[in-house]
Amino acid sequence: MWRFIGLRSLQAIPVILAVITVTFFLVRAAPGGPFSSEKAVSPQVQAALEAQYRLDQPALQQYISYLTDLVQGNMGPSFYYPGRSVDELIFQGLPITAELGLYALLIAVIIGSFAGVIAALKPNTMQDYVPMSIAMVGICMPSFLLGPVLVLVFGIMLDWLPVSGWGNSYGDKVLPSITLGAMYAAYIARLSRSGMLEVMSQDYLRTARAKGLPEYVVILKHALRGGLLPVISYLGPAFAALLSGSFVVETIFQIPGLGRFYVQAAFNRDYTMILGTTVFLSTLIVVFNLLSDIAAAWVNPRLRYQFKK
Amino acid sequence: MTSRITSQVLDQDIPKGTSLWEDALVRLRKNRLSMIGLGFLVFIMIVCLLTPWIAPYGYEEQNLRLGAIPPSMQHWLGTDTFGRDMLTRIMYGGRVSLLVGFIATSVALLIGVTYGAIAGYAGGKTDAFMMRLVDILYALPFMIFIILLMVVFGRNLLLLFLAIGAVEWLVMARIVRGQIQSLRQQEYVEAAISLGLSPATIIMKHLIPNALGPVIVYTTLTIPNVMLLEAFLSFLGLGIQPPESSWGLLISYGVETMEEYPWLLIFPGLTLTTTLFALNFLGDGLRDALDPKASRD
Repeated sequence: MWRFIGLRSLQAIPVILAVITVTFFLVRAAPGGPFSSEKAVSPQVQAALEAQYRLDQPALQQYISYLTDLVQGNMGPSFYYPGRSVDELIFQGLPITAELGLYALLIAVIIGSFAGVIAALKPNTMQDYVPMSIAMVGICMPSFLLGPVLVLVFGIMLDWLPVSGWGNSYGDKVLPSITLGAMYAAYIARLSRSGMLEVMSQDYLRTARAKGLPEYVVILKHALRGGLLPVISYLGPAFAALLSGSFVVETIFQIPGLGRFYVQAAFNRDYTMILGTTVFLSTLIVVFNLLSDIAAAWVNPRLRYQFKK
Repeated sequence: MTSRITSQVLDQDIPKGTSLWEDALVRLRKNRLSMIGLGFLVFIMIVCLLTPWIAPYGYEEQNLRLGAIPPSMQHWLGTDTFGRDMLTRIMYGGRVSLLVGFIATSVALLIGVTYGAIAGYAGGKTDAFMMRLVDILYALPFMIFIILLMVVFGRNLLLLFLAIGAVEWLVMARIVRGQIQSLRQQEYVEAAISLGLSPATIIMKHLIPNALGPVIVYTTLTIPNVMLLEAFLSFLGLGIQPPESSWGLLISYGVETMEEYPWLLIFPGLTLTTTLFALNFLGDGLRDALDPKASRD
C-alpha cells in the first residue's frame, strides 16, 4: 500500500510541472499585453511597469523566476487589480468555493448512491425506472439551465429562498448547492446502480444469504462495499467537474468564489490571475485524482498491483 | 469452403443468416425510447438544415416597437426584447449548436481513432507510452484549458471546434485501443501480415471496420457532451459570440430577463434539453444493440 501511495504520488509531480509550463507559455503567447490599453503611457512609465512585472526579461528567465516564486507560494501581483496579489485573491475565493463544492458533493453522493442502490434492489420495476428517469433528466439538464429554473420557481414565484449571494441571508446556500450537485447526483445514481447490479449476482452474496444473514446486512455490509466502488473512483474526476461547474453556478448566483474570479479574470485578460488560478486549480485536481486513486486502492487491493513488476 | 451444391441446398433450407448490422438494427428497432430519440433528432436536423427557407422571419428582422411579447399566433414562441421572433432565433441557434456538436465530435473521432489504433496495433513499449500519456492528459482539468485557449487565441468558432474536439478524444482513444488490441490476435490479421500488407492498410481495411460498433456508440454519446460544453462556454460569454447565436447563448440571454419574460429562457432551454435527451437515449439504445457486453453506467 505504501509503495502504491509513494509511486502514484511521484507520478503527479511531472503532470503538475507540465501544466505550469504549458500554461505559462500559452499566456505569454497571448496577443496584446495587459498594458496595451487605449491610454498612451509615456515610455518611462511603460518600462517601469514592465520591469515591475518582469516583462523586460527574456521568456525563459521569466519562467524560471516564476517557478522559484511559485515554490515559495508567491504567484505575483494581479494585472487587473492594482496592489493585490494573486495569492490573496485565490485565498479569498477558495473557502467559499470549497464550501459550495463540499455541499454539492455531499448532495451528489448521498442522494445519488441512495437512488442508485434503491434502483438496483429491484431492477426493471417502477422502483428502478422512476429514479433512473429522474437521473437522466439530471444529466441532460445543464446547470446553467437548472439554476435559473430553480431561481425562477423557488426564488421568484414561490419566494421561499434567496436568489443570490452566499452567507448573506438565511438559506441562500441551498439553491447553489443543489444546482451544482444535481448533475453529479445523477451520474452517481447511474454508477452505483450498475455497480450494485454487478455485485448482486456474485457468489459471495449468495453465500451471505445462505448463511441466513438478514437482507439488510447482506446489502449494507456485503454488497455496498463492492457496489459503490465505481462511485469512489468517480469522486476524483467529479471533483474536477465540480470545480468547472462552480464557474457557472457562482456566476448565476453571484457568489464571490474562485470560479467567478476565474471567469472574471478571463474577461479582464488578467494574465497573472489566469495563470495563477489555472496552476492552482490544476494542482488541486491532480491532488484529488491522486487521493481518489489511493482510496480506490485501499478498498480494492487488486488495484495496488499496478506498480508491481 | 463449401461446394456450390451444398450452399444452394443450405440457401433453400435454412433462413438467411443475419449480419451483425442487421441484427443490431433489429434490436435497436425494438427499443422504443431510442427510436423516438432518433425520430426527434432527424426532425431537428431537417428543420435546422432548411432553416433559411422555412424560418417564419428573417434572422436579423427586429421590431423594437413590438418588444418582448409572449407566444401568440404570429410568433409561436414569442419575441425577445428587440422584437425578434424566438422560433427563428432558436432555429438559427440550433444550426450552430448542431454544427459544433458534429464537427467537434468528428475532430475527437479522427484523433481518438487514429491514436488508439496506432497504440493498439503497435503494442509493447510504444503502446504503454502512448496510453500513459492519455492517462496523464485525462487527469487534467480540461474545462480550464478550453477557457484559457479561448482567452489566449480569441473567441472564434474554428478554435472552439478544435479545442472541444481536442478534449473529447481521450476516451475514444482508449476504447479503440482496447478493441484493436484484441482484434490484432485474430488469424485474419496474421494472414494480412503474411500477405505483406502495410500496417496502415491493415489498420484501415481490417481493424477499424471491425472495431466500428463501440466507436459508433461512443460517438453518439460524445455529441451531447460536446454540445453541452459549447452551451456552457457560450453561457459564460466565452464561446459563440453575437451576432452568431447558439442555444447556450440564447439561454444566457433568457436568464437575464427571465423574471419578466420567462419564455425567453424556457423555449431555448427546452429545445437543448430535449435534444440532449434524444441523443442520450439513442446512444444507450445503440450500445444495447451493438455492444451488448458493455455495462450501462
